[in-house]
Parts: sequence; structure tokens; C-alpha cells
Amino acid sequence: MATEVRTPAVAAPRIESRRKPRPVPEGGRINWGLTIIVAICSLTIIIPLYFAIAMALKSPAQTGTGTGFNFPWPIHWGNFRAAWDLTDTPLAFAMSTLVTVIAVVGEILISSLAAWAIVRNWGHWQFRVTFFYLLAALFIPFPVVALPQVKLMAAIGLDNPFGVGILHIMFQLAFNVLLFSAFIRSIPVELEESARMDGCTTWQTYRKIVLPLLTPIAATVGIFAFLQSWNDFMMPQLITANPKWQTLPVIQYLFQDQFTTNFNVAFASYLMALLPTLVVFLIAQRWVVSGIMRGSIK
Amino acid sequence: MTATALPSQRTETAARSRRGALGKVKKLFFPVAPAYLLMVIPAIILFTFFIIYPTIQGMFWSLTNYVGYGTWHFVGLANYQAAFSDPTIRDSYGFTLLFAVVACIVTNVTALALALALNAKIKWRTGLRTVFFMPMVISGLVISYVFTFILSTSVPIIASAIHFAPLETSILANQHTAWLGIVLVASWVAIPGAIIIFLAGLVSIPTEVYEAASIDGASAWKQFQRMTFPLLFPFFVINTILTFKSFLNVYDVVVGLTNGGPGTATTSVAMEIFSGFFNGDYAYQMANAVIFFAITMFFAVFQLGVMRRRGGVL
Repeated sequence: MATEVRTPAVAAPRIESRRKPRPVPEGGRINWGLTIIVAICSLTIIIPLYFAIAMALKSPAQTGTGTGFNFPWPIHWGNFRAAWDLTDTPLAFAMSTLVTVIAVVGEILISSLAAWAIVRNWGHWQFRVTFFYLLAALFIPFPVVALPQVKLMAAIGLDNPFGVGILHIMFQLAFNVLLFSAFIRSIPVELEESARMDGCTTWQTYRKIVLPLLTPIAATVGIFAFLQSWNDFMMPQLITANPKWQTLPVIQYLFQDQFTTNFNVAFASYLMALLPTLVVFLIAQRWVVSGIMRGSIK
Repeated sequence: MTATALPSQRTETAARSRRGALGKVKKLFFPVAPAYLLMVIPAIILFTFFIIYPTIQGMFWSLTNYVGYGTWHFVGLANYQAAFSDPTIRDSYGFTLLFAVVACIVTNVTALALALALNAKIKWRTGLRTVFFMPMVISGLVISYVFTFILSTSVPIIASAIHFAPLETSILANQHTAWLGIVLVASWVAIPGAIIIFLAGLVSIPTEVYEAASIDGASAWKQFQRMTFPLLFPFFVINTILTFKSFLNVYDVVVGLTNGGPGTATTSVAMEIFSGFFNGDYAYQMANAVIFFAITMFFAVFQLGVMRRRGGVL
């Protein structure tokens, strides 16, 4: 991981070249004492996750009146089936996917276009004003505007997953424009000029030259957008009027009362809501981690 | 030749004089190629409509007695006066600020310690890092439900088995300790993000600094105190800003663990504002939202000031 966790080249190009895998004062001896301490600490994460999995794989009789930490044997797969049917999981999955796709695509396209236009026209005060105007949203959290916003979304017929996706784009706009514009400033303008010389229009320049160069920062923005949209509970709960069109976290909330009779089905349902991001993370952790590091340094 | 040239010249001058008046307007609002404007203007319009317009609307309604429908009239600052003397609102600020400060300290101290450990020469470093990063991608609400069961069912059973009195009843059911459960889970979710930012800072410290310090005979603690911590300070500030801001808006974890209870002991400001959808408190909670906005702004500006003075990264 030491080589995978990188400081982005854009943020610290000088340091990059000097960096070695990691300073080890003792000259490479493994610190076993520390390893044991860290391993014990990691139980604070492993135990709750084990608990969730164990609970989901037990029958109510196996849970009994115990702590819930006993090993699930024989494995009881039926909870997943029951949870799947009870909460109409496929529909909730589809809704979560819809919101997330709108947010990821929208955040990357809208903020990269705006940031590019702003950076390349920085000489005009109109674009500088636009930049600072959009940055105002950094200081507006959702609870502050929630009350009028819910009414507004209902009035224009966007009290559904589409509206939630649009709001995710809008609330992240400031931060994303900040990330993109910092990155675009590091791209030499000559590349675009030579493309124009060859007869590219502004749109073609964006599509063929700029967008491919933006891939690393677009990946960062996309990862943030994916995690935030998929896990968001506050906005879909308040904006989406029809409970049938709710996303996965809200479905967990809505079914909480019915779950109290059978905790094992509840945990199967929790696990189905947790697994997608966890699996994506385990597959793509290198990019998730470097993406978040890049985001934090900007 | 002249006969054809003249009319075309005339239309050109006409066009130029027309552009004289329009040109100034055009130059003011559309100084560059239309394609650039098409990239920016839709973003500005959508942003204004979906974010700025409701913000201003909220500020406007906060000065009225609007209940969400029907007629209304201006009441001046009456909502604000009432909000300042409302014990429910005051309690929600008390809980939220206490929670945000404690959770912020817990998150940053733990994350710094873990980042230092995960950056040291330990066995299975890659695997252990993966484990510690996992909570970052988990939904706060769903993991809160998992912890609700652990804290209110499993822990009391274990505690009574070993006769440890303080935990024999659920800490979430006690109005004096419920907030500690929220600190625990909110920090659990927030720590991985903070660890990553600290790791980003640690790898940017050049090795030579440590070599020089070792040669000069600096102890591990002295090295941390005099070098690591000062060099990490900008990352410490970023972490504080990011975590504090998100803790101020705490909602998911509270809904999942206590739903504001017992009583109203753990009702956060966000939950209190959302109660404006019921009981005809619409305009009243809008005033609360404006107060909350002012407090958020105060902390943001304060933290940005600290960051700039310390030569931060932004």
C-alpha cells in the first residue's frame, strides 16, 4: 500500500521525486509490538462487521437470547430471500443506482465544463465573479435550505429520485469546481491552442483534448459522488415524496418497525445495503484512497 | 462595380452603428465565444434556482408567520426572539455543539495515532490499512442500526455476565449517556477519511528530515513533537474543518441510533429544523435555519482564518 497511497503529482510535484517508500528510523526492522496493537485496534472494525454478517446468517432460534456474537451454524440463507421480498430490494437498488448515476455523470460534466470555461477566461471579471458566486455553496449545508427546497422540488414535480440526483450535483458544485479548476490550471494551455490551430471548435477541444486530460481528477470527483449519493439518507428521505421510489438507506429506515419482529431479516437487509459499496471499495481501493487523498490536499 | 459595392458598404455601416449600442451590452454580458458561455450559464442558472433561490426564500419566510400554506403576514424578528428563548432549540444547539466538539477531538486524535501506526514499519500493513479504511464507504444510517443492536442488546448481556454495572443497561436508553453512543458511531464512520488525509501528509514529509534528527539523537517523541506534528499541522486543520462541518449537520447517525431520544436529549439542530414540516412551525424553523447558517459561517470563516495564518494548504 505504501507505494499505492500517493500524493498526487499535481499537488506536490517536487516532493514526489524525493519520496522514498517511507522513513523507517530503525532501518527496516518490523515493529512487532506496534503490529499487535494495530491488529487489536482493527477488531473495532472487524467485530461489528462480523456481527452484522453473523446475525444475517442465523435463524431467530439460533440468535435466541444470546449476544448475537456466536458463530452462525448451520448457515441460514433464508433471511436474504425474506428481506429481498419484504423490502422490494430490486426497486430500491434501481432507485439508488439512478440517483447515483445522475450524480456521478452530472457532477463530472457540469463542474468540469464550468471550471474549464472559468479558468480559460479568468481575464474577464464576469468569470471571476461566477467562480466566487458558485463557491458560496461551500457554506450552505442542506439543513439550512431544506424547508423551502422541499416545497420548491414538489412544486416543479421533482420530488423524486431525479430531483435528488440534481440536488446532489448542485450541493457538490462548489467543491467540484474548486477541484477541477485547480487541476485545469496545471494543464498547459498550448495543447488546446494547437488543437484549435488544427481547426477544432471549442466543444471539440473540450471533448478531444481537455476531458481526457482531466481523467484523474474526474475519477476523484466520481468516487466522491458515488459514495455520497449511494449512502445519502437525509436528502432522499425529505425530497422524495413517494415511499416506493426511495433509495436503499431510506428503505432501511422505513422498514425499521417491521424489522423489530425479526432481527435476522433486518440484518440481512442491512448487509445487502452495505455490500455494494464495500465490494466496490475492496476492488477499487487503490483509486478510492488516492482519489480521496487528492481531494483532501486541494 | 460601384453600384454593387455601395449598398453592401451601407449595410455594413448600419450594422456597425447598431453594434455600437448593442455591442456594449454584448461585451458586458457575453465577452467571449458563445461556447464558453454555454458551459457556464446553465450551471449558474441551475445553481441559482436550486440553491440560492431557496436560501433567500428561507430568509424571507423567517420574517413571516407562514405555516407552509395559506395566508401570512410579516412579523419582523419575532421568530428569532422566540427561537432564542426556546429551550428545545437551545438544547438542540447544546447537544449538537457538544457532540461536534467531542466527536471532532475523538476522530482527529484517534485518526492521527492510527495514521502514525499504519505508516510505521509494521507487518501486514496493506491488509491492516484496508481494514481501517472500510467504514469510510459504509452508509452511516445502516451501520447505526447495526450498532443500535450491539449497544442495546449484546453489550448489556455481556456486561451483566461479567457484572460490570455501568453497561448493564443500554447506554442509548439513558439520556445522560446516549450522546456518547452517537459520538462513538459518528467517529467510527469518520475516522478512515481522516486517517487517509493524515497519511497523505505523512508521506509528503521528506525522509531526510528524520535521518538528520536521528543523527542528532532526537527521541521518537521529540521527533513527533518537533517535526511530524508541525509538518502535519495543515492536514490537521483540513481534517478539523471537514469533520467539524459534517458533525454540525449530524442527522443519519442520530436517526439510526436514538431518533433524538431519550426524550429530546439527542435531538440535533438538523432534526429540529426538519420538524418545521409539522406543527405549523414552518417560518419559525426557517428562522432557526438562518441562525444555524450564521453559526456555520462563523466557524467556517474562523477556521479558514486559522488555516491562512498558519500557511495552510488551501
